[in-house]
Amino acid sequence: MVRALGDFDLAEELVQEALLEAVEHWPAEGIPQKPGAWLLTTARHKAADQFRRRARYREKLAQLEGDGMRVDTAEGDDRLRLIFTCCHPALSREAQVALTLRAVAGLTTAEIARAFITSEATIAQRIVRAKRKIVEANIPYRVPAEHDMAERVDEVLAVLYLMFNEGYLATAGSHASRRDLAEDAAWLAGLMVRLMPQQPEALGLLALMRFHLARAEARFDQSGGLMLLQDQDRGGWDRERIASGIALLERAALIQRPGPYQLQAAIAACHVEARSWEETDWRQIILLYDALLALAPSPVAQLNRAIARRYLDGAQAALDDVEALADPLDNYYLFHATRAELLRDLGRDSDARLALTRALSLTENPAERALLEKRLA
Amino acid sequence: MKYVLLFTDSKDRARQWDAMPEAQRQAAYGPINDWFGKYSGKITGGQELQPERTATTIRFNNGKAVVTDGPFIEGKETIGGYAEVTVADLDEAIAMAKEWPTGGPVEVRPVIDRGEPQR
Repeated sequence: MVRALGDFDLAEELVQEALLEAVEHWPAEGIPQKPGAWLLTTARHKAADQFRRRARYREKLAQLEGDGMRVDTAEGDDRLRLIFTCCHPALSREAQVALTLRAVAGLTTAEIARAFITSEATIAQRIVRAKRKIVEANIPYRVPAEHDMAERVDEVLAVLYLMFNEGYLATAGSHASRRDLAEDAAWLAGLMVRLMPQQPEALGLLALMRFHLARAEARFDQSGGLMLLQDQDRGGWDRERIASGIALLERAALIQRPGPYQLQAAIAACHVEARSWEETDWRQIILLYDALLALAPSPVAQLNRAIARRYLDGAQAALDDVEALADPLDNYYLFHATRAELLRDLGRDSDARLALTRALSLTENPAERALLEKRLA
Repeated sequence: MKYVLLFTDSKDRARQWDAMPEAQRQAAYGPINDWFGKYSGKITGGQELQPERTATTIRFNNGKAVVTDGPFIEGKETIGGYAEVTVADLDEAIAMAKEWPTGGPVEVRPVIDRGEPQR
């Protein structure tokens, strides 16, 4: 393995992985006739995964290949079993994320540790514990039964969305490895779409990720400062990615089972399809938020709906909606930042400054802080 | 594979249960009996426990046993009973636990298999 890969650490890690897999499979399936060859083959498969993953822009590649391409069935079933086991609800969310990145996306523990700004030992321990639980509690290695499927797919998508946000919300520049995490999550969502083409929420989540990624570069100015949607250079958006996202959403709509990811993607589509901030279809966006709130009520979605109302019904109407969310969102910096914007629109400058100060006390993110400080100045 | 389902209940609900008139309690047992009936083929053991007020805890202070009144931890939940089930895997145990009718949390734990001969 070392000779083939020219990388001892990688080879060692892959063989370790293969051994772990052996420990998990052999008790149930029996020891294969040539255990040595089995291990080598398994380790080689894992190596192929690694290189596939390391190809630059592989999410981009997947997008160009088209999302309709199906993974051949035997390999596909195996991957699905792996995904569903890694994202089993009996594992903690942290463990699900680490295991999925390790076993499905093929990241090394060092890469996962960098992406989550934590130590390699922490990630390694998380993975070891999760694997131990899989074995000791006998978490089955299989695609869930039909009656469990919807719930289990939701669980997988929640893991991928968390992974995506973790990467996407990271600041520019200094944390490039975290940005890669968003690409990894999109690649995994693409894999889910190819493996389960009839799951509309997987299509919706992949579309949502593509719309966000299409705007990823335009979110920051040259000095790494945060650019708001209304100020972004729309010419800098990745049109190909947007088009592929729209195609995914249309495919999802044909299945006629709407869900929260499809609706969030549809809202993002309204933004990316508007040629300018002024041409944004706020009426449509509010209707989509209503549908989203009916399916998955959340104060954050209500806040976003209120922001959209500002452009349709004015700042006072929006502020009334926002104030009603004071209770659940008092510790959310965007609640106070939004309030500040609306208060300033209404000429209530001193109230606006108070709200901005409160917002500033609630975020650690340097790019977000810089933006708020600029407004306070 | 064997698992134990630990049936817990909030203390408030456990107290209500305790205070129920006998006839009402019998009626409330209906769904629980149905659950045991449905899974009788999978259930290989278990007991219902007397309420928490009957609990006695033995603690060890530098090796010396100290007997105290009450449960071993003071929490919002109390253990009401347990069932040992023999099923294929964790998913099957979870599926059973999901149908437990009292509304209390159910903890699922695999039983350590020491490979002892079946009697």
